Amino acid sequence: MSDDHSHLDPIAVRVRALESLLVDKGYVKADALDALVDTYENRVGPRNGAQVVARAWVDPEYREWLQRDANAAIASLGFVGRQGEHMVVLENTADTHHLVVCTLCSCYPWPVLGLPPGWYKSAAYRSRAVIDPKGVLTDFGVSLPEGADIRVWDSTAEVRYMVLPMRPAGTEDMSEDALVELVTRDSMIGTGLALEPTGSAL
Amino acid sequence: MTQPDPRLCDLPPLPANHGDEPVFAAPWQAQLFAMTTALNEAGHFAWSEWAEQFGAELARTPQATGQCVSDHYFGCWLVAFESFVEQRGLAAAGQLSELQRRWDAAARATPHGEPIVLPAD
Repeated sequence: MSDDHSHLDPIAVRVRALESLLVDKGYVKADALDALVDTYENRVGPRNGAQVVARAWVDPEYREWLQRDANAAIASLGFVGRQGEHMVVLENTADTHHLVVCTLCSCYPWPVLGLPPGWYKSAAYRSRAVIDPKGVLTDFGVSLPEGADIRVWDSTAEVRYMVLPMRPAGTEDMSEDALVELVTRDSMIGTGLALEPTGSAL
Repeated sequence: MTQPDPRLCDLPPLPANHGDEPVFAAPWQAQLFAMTTALNEAGHFAWSEWAEQFGAELARTPQATGQCVSDHYFGCWLVAFESFVEQRGLAAAGQLSELQRRWDAAARATPHGEPIVLPAD
């Protein structure tokens, strides 16, 4: 390009217009916006949920509390915040596998899982999870035992679901901290299973 | 053999990347997200009201060929958010387009490499 002045692409112009409007009118503060971005890019993520799952695996009382009042049980570990206002935890068993979707947009339990991955936001996932959950699980490399029932849960702005995956076999002697490492983001959405322990994790 | 469900024929495949990826594909997406969340937190609207408007925009606008999920998703977010702030009276009619014009002019008046700032009007 030969000209030496700056360019903002049309989208950047629109976002800057919104931001300057909202900041100038005092509806939002610029440093509060930066703090929010930092929080969701760097501080809140699926590791929070993994700690909830590992605690539930080792502590039957906590597990029962999580089923009865997920918000309180999760908050007791320090994970509170917006978009987790009414949490419901769905426990996977040998017979029943839960899968979470938001067909409307991408409602998701931010305090425990962070912000949703791209595929969760895609039209493909939002439609296919409901119509063809088994096919979706196959795409994710998940094969369930013969005859297992798949239940699909549609998150909304009011209710956010999180899956409690099954504890893998052979992990009876592992510490809670080591168990956290086996809990993947996908296993808490239902598009994955908890990882099998490896030699080094034991 | 059961017949294949005819609805399945039109379903697009899932995005190829199932692994970890950045939460935002570009800084503007993060800024947009933060503005929406901050306004909600300040009590300007209930999240369910926003989700309904955003969901309607997503349903109305199919992903373009070659467009990545994040660009489509936050592109719809942007369209929905612009009309949302106007409907809620947070922006007067025409105010956003006037600010867009001024930002574009400011960029053109700024030498390459220097920060772009909006001059007082």
